[in-house]
Amino acid sequence: MYKHTFQTKEKIIELIFGFCGMFSLFITLGIMGIIFWETTLFFKEVSLFEFMFSTQWTPLFSIKHFGVLPLITGTLLVAGIAMAIAMPTGVLMAIFMNEYANAKVRRILKPVLEILAGIPTIVYGYFALLSVTPFLQKVIPSLSGFNAISPGIVMGIMILPMVVSLSDDAFGAVPKEMKLAAYALGSSRFQVAFKIILPAAMSGVIAAFMLAISRAIGETMLVAIAAGMKPAFTLNPLVPIQTITSYIVQISLGDTPVGTLAYRSIFAVASVLFIITFIFNVIAQKLRHSLKY
Amino acid sequence: MIVKIVNKGHYTLWRLRRSHMNALRCVHALTILGNKNRYYMEKHIFEIKNLNIYYHDFQAVKNVSVAIPSYVITAIIGPSGCGKSSFLRSMNRMNDLIPNAKLTGEILFHGVNIYDPLISEVNLRRRVGMVFQKPNPFPFSIFANVAYGLKIQNIKDKAMIAERVEESLKRAFLWDEVKDRLKKPALELSGGQQQRLCIARALAVYPDTLLLDEPCSSLDPLATAKIEELLQKLKKEVNIIIVTHNLQQAKRISEYVGFFNSGELVDFGPTKEIFERSAQSMVGRYIQGIFG
Ligand SMILES: Nc1ncnc2c1ncn2[C@@H]1O[C@H](COP(=O)(O)OP(=O)(O)OP(=O)(O)O)[C@@H](O)[C@H]1O
Ligand SMILES: [Mg+2]
Repeated sequence: MYKHTFQTKEKIIELIFGFCGMFSLFITLGIMGIIFWETTLFFKEVSLFEFMFSTQWTPLFSIKHFGVLPLITGTLLVAGIAMAIAMPTGVLMAIFMNEYANAKVRRILKPVLEILAGIPTIVYGYFALLSVTPFLQKVIPSLSGFNAISPGIVMGIMILPMVVSLSDDAFGAVPKEMKLAAYALGSSRFQVAFKIILPAAMSGVIAAFMLAISRAIGETMLVAIAAGMKPAFTLNPLVPIQTITSYIVQISLGDTPVGTLAYRSIFAVASVLFIITFIFNVIAQKLRHSLKY
Repeated sequence: MIVKIVNKGHYTLWRLRRSHMNALRCVHALTILGNKNRYYMEKHIFEIKNLNIYYHDFQAVKNVSVAIPSYVITAIIGPSGCGKSSFLRSMNRMNDLIPNAKLTGEILFHGVNIYDPLISEVNLRRRVGMVFQKPNPFPFSIFANVAYGLKIQNIKDKAMIAERVEESLKRAFLWDEVKDRLKKPALELSGGQQQRLCIARALAVYPDTLLLDEPCSSLDPLATAKIEELLQKLKKEVNIIIVTHNLQQAKRISEYVGFFNSGELVDFGPTKEIFERSAQSMVGRYIQGIFG
C-alpha cells in the first residue's frame, strides 16, 4: 500500500518534469514553425534569387525591392565594429583578471562588469544616440546623426562583460600545473599569459567570441535607436543603415497590415537572422565541448 | 672558453672539459648572476643560511642552514607536510608565486644571494629548472613542449632549436620513443613518457640545477626505474636535488640526503651515513618506519 502511493507520486513528479521540458521544446518548435511558414508564403511572391542578390530593400516604397543584402551588410557592419572592440578588450581584461589582478581588484572588477551587463539595452541605445554620436561628430564632421559606428562602439561595450566572463572561465580552466611549469622554465608573466594560457584556452575564447557575435547580431534596441532606419548596401560606418532586427521592429511597430508582403518579409529576414545566429551558436557549442580540461 | 678553473670540488677539471655543453652552461650561469670573477667550480651549488619560510603565520621551514654539494644527487626526505616542497621551491623562487608566502634568510647560488633585489627570478629559473610531481606537459606538440624554454628566450634559429630538442629528448631517454611523432600532442604520451618529456623540456634550456619534487610518485616501477637511470646519467652534467617519499629510491640514487621533520632540517649528510643512523635518532626511526 505504502509502496504503491510512493510509486504514483514518483510517476506524477516525473510527468510534471517531463511536461516542463517538453513545453520549452514545443514553444521553440512553434516559433520556428510560424517563422518558416510565413517565410514560405513570402517566397511564393518574391523569388529567392531577388531576395539573395538584389541590393535594394524597399518593401514600403511603391516600387518594391526585396534584396536582403543591405540588411545583412548593416547587421554585420554593426556587429563587426562591436566585435572589433569587444574581442581584444575582453580578452585583455580577462587575462588581466586572471594573471595580473590580485583578489582585491578582482572583487571590484567582477561586479562592475555584472552591472555593465545588467544595463537595459535601451539605455545603451540613447547613450549611443545622444552621447557617443555627438562626440564622434566633433571628430568626424561628416558623420550623420544616425550611423553604424556609434551603435557599433556602444554594442562593443555592451557585449564586453559577456566576452570577459566567458574568456575568464576559459582561462580559469587552464590547469595551475601548466602555469607553474611555464614559470619554472623562466617565463615572465606576460609569456605565461600569452604563450601558455591563451593558446591553451583558445577554443573557449573562440566560443566566447561566437556567442558574443550572435548576441551582437540579435541585438535590436540599440541599433533601432541609433543606427537609423535606412537600408543601405554599404560598409561605410558613417551613414545611416538598417539591420535585420531594426527592420523587424520598424514593421512590427508600424501599421503594416497582417498578411501583406511587407508583413511577411519580416519573417523572411527573421529566418535569415535565425540561420546566422544558429550557425554561430553551434560553432560555439562545439568549441566549448572540445575544451580539453 | 673557461679561462681558469680551479678545481675545488669533488669534480675535476677534465670532467668539465669533457662536456662542452657543461662548460658553456657553467659560464652562462655565472655571468647571468653577474659574478664574473668566480671561474672555478664551487664545491657547493647552494649555500643556504638561516632559511625560514612562512605561509601567513604558519612557519613551514624553520631556520635551515645547509650547503648542497654540486654534481651529485641530493635527496630530501621526511614525513608529509614537513616542508620539503617549500624548501625546494625556495631554491628557484617558485615560492614567490604563492601570494602569502614569506621568506627570510639567504640562499646563495654560485655564491650569489638569489633573493637579492638585483636578481631576476625569471633568469634564475632558467638556471634552476623544476620538475613537478604530476607530469604537466603543455597542450602543444612534443616538439613545441621541449622548444618552449628556448622560444621564450627569443631564440629564433630553427636549426638550433631542432638540434636542441633532439639533444634534450636524447638526454631524457625519450628520443627513440617519440622521434617519429614529434608533431603529435604531448598529452597523448603515457605518464612516464610525459614525465621524461618534462625533464627534457627543463633540460633544453641548459639549466645548472634541476629540482625534482617527487617526480616518480605517479609512475609505475618500470617508469620510475627509467627516470632513476636517467638521473644517474644526468648528475654528471646537472646538479640534482630530488624530493622523494621513496626511501629505497633515495638510497639507490642519491649521494647526499637531507631529512626534514616539521620544518626543521634534522639531518644532512652522505646517503650511506644517513641510512646507517642508529634507531635512537629521529632519522633512524623514520627510515625504519617507526614514525612518519
Ligand atoms: N600555499 C600554501 N599556503 C599555506 N600553507 C602551505 C602552502 N603550501 C604549503 N603549506 C603548508 O606548509 C607545510 C609544508 O608544506 P610542503 O608542501 O612544503 O610539505 P611537503 O613536505 O612537501 O609535504 P608532502 O610530502 O605532502 O608533499 C604544510 O603544513 C602545508 O600545509
Ligand atoms: Mg611536497
